[in-house]
Amino acid sequence: MAPLLEIADLAVRFGPVRAVDGVSLQVVPGPFGLGLVGESGSGKTTLGRAVLRLAPIAGGRILFEGTDVTPLRGRALKEYRRAVQIVFQDPDNTLDPRMRIQATISEALAAHAVVPRRQVARRVSELLTEVGLDPGFATRYPHQLSGGQRQRVAIARALSVQPRLLVLDEPTSALDVRAQARILSLIGRLREERSLSYLLITHNFGVVSELCEQTAVLYLGRIAETGPTGQLLGQPAHPYTQALRSAVPEVKASARTTRIVLPGEPPDAAHPPAGCVFHPRCPLAVDRCRTEIARLRAIGPGRTVACHRAEEVLGGAVPAGQVPEGKGLAGDAIPGGEPASSAGGKPPVSTSEENR
Amino acid sequence: MRLQISDLDVRFGTQPVVSVDELALGEAVIVGLAGESGSGKSMTTLAILGLAHTVGATVTGSIRLGGTELTSLPAAEMRAVRGRRIAAIFQSPSMSFSPVFRVGTVMLRALRLHGLTKAEAADRAARAMREVFLPPDLLHRYPSQLSGGQLQRVAIALALALRAEVLLADEPTSALDVTVQAEVLELLRELRDREHISILFISHDLAVVAELCDRVAVMRAGRIVEQGGTDQVMSAPRDPYTAELLAAIPAIKTGG
Repeated sequence: MAPLLEIADLAVRFGPVRAVDGVSLQVVPGPFGLGLVGESGSGKTTLGRAVLRLAPIAGGRILFEGTDVTPLRGRALKEYRRAVQIVFQDPDNTLDPRMRIQATISEALAAHAVVPRRQVARRVSELLTEVGLDPGFATRYPHQLSGGQRQRVAIARALSVQPRLLVLDEPTSALDVRAQARILSLIGRLREERSLSYLLITHNFGVVSELCEQTAVLYLGRIAETGPTGQLLGQPAHPYTQALRSAVPEVKASARTTRIVLPGEPPDAAHPPAGCVFHPRCPLAVDRCRTEIARLRAIGPGRTVACHRAEEVLGGAVPAGQVPEGKGLAGDAIPGGEPASSAGGKPPVSTSEENR
Repeated sequence: MRLQISDLDVRFGTQPVVSVDELALGEAVIVGLAGESGSGKSMTTLAILGLAHTVGATVTGSIRLGGTELTSLPAAEMRAVRGRRIAAIFQSPSMSFSPVFRVGTVMLRALRLHGLTKAEAADRAARAMREVFLPPDLLHRYPSQLSGGQLQRVAIALALALRAEVLLADEPTSALDVTVQAEVLELLRELRDREHISILFISHDLAVVAELCDRVAVMRAGRIVEQGGTDQVMSAPRDPYTAELLAAIPAIKTGG
């Protein structure tokens, strides 16, 4: 299937900071979800914005339905921005508190002349119904709605212009747990009904697990690993994915795994470490990792990874209890930063056995 | 019991916001107070800190810290308890530190305020930093020069330096990345085990509560709907609301 969106070797820089560096990804026609997972500073949000042409692109291409959209300007850019819509984390920052819901949604409809003016009111009602809200909400203001209801309005507005791709940037992170579950099931229903394709940016593995066929894990603006979500979470090929996975709190004691402690803090993206960018914090780093860049490569069907030792990580052959050696750059990036043995001096352990 | 709350009632005018019959915090335990926004978790924290009146609420009932009844304590004596015997950390660690002072300045001032000499305070601050696995020279930094996780640990160090008996932790990891969250949780466990601090851990995240807490109380609309040992509440919730919260957590599915 020809991809709907193809990101090729994309780079975004803010001065010396390489926020996104050499990222390549694909989104196929829907229903399809690609999850972008990573911690703060991983570049996941910047990548989402770059797709909307809201971040300065320093290199690479973004092909949408086969056309490179990076040089688009004027009318063509406006048309592209109709086709690709975004839903942000906090609906309070995107819904104008002075506008009734009706006005908020019809503004989008008018800006892109989606329906004739006399049909606008009816379309607003239809959209509200579609996202599970009473059409009577059209006359309300955002503050009269709950957080979950406001996020439904933000979704209705994004859908109003018939986008062919959605960027969902932490769409449930600001919501209470029950509201979060309801929004996730709404997105799940809409994706089937409308055959939606989306990039879903989140720090929550449970969210990608519910909504994304494919997931990419980002670290320091680069892809650490991509693959079918269930495989990637069940059997990570990158030690960073493994560490993230092991840090996720679990309700069931039986689901908990030995936590892999990453020493130090993520390095400064203006001064990325030499070799594999993850090596200063990697429990498995060897000499090669300090000098040789870990390029993204295929490892199994549909899976790519940027790690010299991925086969060992996948095979569970990683030596347990290995003490991290490389700690220089993480400490350098934050002078006087934490010693490598910070969290109680416990050696990191492999979780490949427990992590099935 | 270190902290014993009985028949606590917090209200705005005639509007009740918290109504807790019984909530106890023993020595060296972590009790989770779980619930969604608006459930009254944070108002309960404010009431324990003797600060509910600052937001216009009135408090009746009993909050006992050791042998001291806090609800009837004169303001000056409550100030001596707050920060000293009961410390608090919040979701945003920047709430604990002024952006215009070095974190060490804030910490030393708090220690001096509670009666330590300059030399004792400096010594205590440095030791507390090491106890949270941070190099003491970070005390010379401004809050903006520390990461969120480091700043939250400095806030915990402040509680340690004051030798608090009770730590109120109001969503202390909700703004942190998952790996940093795991480190802060590990640190809280160590404080419980090593320093025998009692922690009231307030969170909307039942998975975090399940990993960390010895006991849990689930709060809804100002009332505790269920409390008990964490494993028992999580594996066999008696209240349908608890079950609903548990079911709402998106599950990580593996394989395929």
